[in-house]
Amino acid sequence: MTAPMTRALRHMLIGVAALLALAAHGAPARAQALVADLSDHFIAITTGFIGTDVLLFGAIEGDGDVIVVLRGPNGRELVRRKSRYAGVWLNDKEMPFTGVPTFYSVSSNRPLNEILSPGARMRQEIGLDTLRFAPEKPADGADAALVESFRQALIRNKQRADLYVEDPGKVVFLGARLFRTRVYFPSTLPTGSYTADVYLVRSGAVVSAQSTPLIVSKVGFGAEVYDFAYDWPMAYGALAVILALLAGWAAALVFRRT
Amino acid sequence: MDIYLPIAEISENVFVLLLLGGGVGFLSGLFGVGGGFLTTPLLIFIGIPPAVAVATGANQTLAASVSGTIAHWRRGNVDFKMGGILVAGGLVGSVFGVWLFALLRKLGQLELAISVTYVLLLGSLGPLMIVESWRAWRRQGRAGLGLRKLHQHNWLHGLPLKMRFPKSRLYVSALLPFGLGCVVGILSAIMGVGGGFIMVPAMIYLIGMPTLVVIGTSLFQIIFVTANVTFLQATQNQTVDVLLALILLAGAVIGAEFGTRFSSRLRGEQLRALLGAIILAVGVKILVDLFLPPLDVYSLAFAP
Repeated sequence: MTAPMTRALRHMLIGVAALLALAAHGAPARAQALVADLSDHFIAITTGFIGTDVLLFGAIEGDGDVIVVLRGPNGRELVRRKSRYAGVWLNDKEMPFTGVPTFYSVSSNRPLNEILSPGARMRQEIGLDTLRFAPEKPADGADAALVESFRQALIRNKQRADLYVEDPGKVVFLGARLFRTRVYFPSTLPTGSYTADVYLVRSGAVVSAQSTPLIVSKVGFGAEVYDFAYDWPMAYGALAVILALLAGWAAALVFRRT
Repeated sequence: MDIYLPIAEISENVFVLLLLGGGVGFLSGLFGVGGGFLTTPLLIFIGIPPAVAVATGANQTLAASVSGTIAHWRRGNVDFKMGGILVAGGLVGSVFGVWLFALLRKLGQLELAISVTYVLLLGSLGPLMIVESWRAWRRQGRAGLGLRKLHQHNWLHGLPLKMRFPKSRLYVSALLPFGLGCVVGILSAIMGVGGGFIMVPAMIYLIGMPTLVVIGTSLFQIIFVTANVTFLQATQNQTVDVLLALILLAGAVIGAEFGTRFSSRLRGEQLRALLGAIILAVGVKILVDLFLPPLDVYSLAFAP
């Protein structure tokens, strides 16, 4: 119970320290309209990983709204649709998409549409409705409405898995200048290079932006098992068999019948 | 305490996994069955991806079958000649089964295939066991049943390639155990089971083997077939989660110990009726899930 609290406290302290440092160097901070950073630049998926929160904090110069976009590497996703045949639900149509962000989270201090026009959001891909991924085979003969329903379903499924998040109001201002937001990463988090983009918006236009990298990687025992299974499948298979034989034999020894 | 399973790529509570392994282990100790046919569906119920549940189920069944095989081997209850032919069939069947598994997965019909095979097998096995134990219970108290033939002869015994099996005191076609091994191999690959619950009755009623060597010989075959399935699933589909298998085994070993002790307190027919009811319940649950409208008709598939 205390672990998340001390963690939150640590994040706060880092944030405060960073902001104090900014305040101390008043002149360079004034030159920059937006400064932001993450509490962690590396998320380690270890054997004990159950998901994590990363704190993003920063300061702005003058007034304005803040939008934070956390985006994972692009990948391929296959969407399947079930239909009912003789009462049984089974997959009967599928559509692969490419260029799909594996993770996408957008948070802001006010609803996105109040901050930026749809056109401006579209340009920067800010908001779930602006993501630009498309079907792998565009000339599929599939009509636009069908593609759109699969697209929407992809976003909906990702949202259900906490991999796509749109959260207006998640960016909180502390006073006029300091802001912070907390981004939640579930245990099913895909690995790779993420970017945290922070936008400062003033009267419907992005006046400043900052990009910070974030690496998500499997580490430790779990990572080694995973890499081993995919890089050396033959050896992994043989090891799985030997391990099962040894474990079964050891179990038989422990509970030996008289 | 949650643990991140490296191949399943999700976190699960260790105690839930231990309890699941322990519960199935308890039942396998109680009834003397492998329990793979309960492990796989239960893993799917708690959210393990079906492909991983099946492959890991086979790996866990391998581990769980070792001790039984050693015990029967020592007592000389294994017909190695019959077992060898069953293994040969099992290897052919499991190679085909893993190939079919990969194909179904690509087509998006793997979950359906797993569900349907489970519904068919559990749905027929459960009622059979209940009826059989009820009959046995009714027979009790009545006098001797009279002489029973060693085994029934039917068209299966007219098949070519006849061989002598001295240990089982049989002269039957080699195609019979080969075919049986083949079927069990396919089921092992698709369902993640050892297949003892099909093989044992088939060996007794179809082949006509003496009951004494049936368990040992089927376990002997299960070791080779589940080892082959584990290896093939690991190399072709990367779906074997060793960590998950070991946690399940740890629970199963302890559960089986309690199950064996508890089994002496229950009568054979009661045990079989109880197991039949459990099997039927799992089968009905999977059947109902096939007909229930899904949360979302769209889903994201595993896309390599």
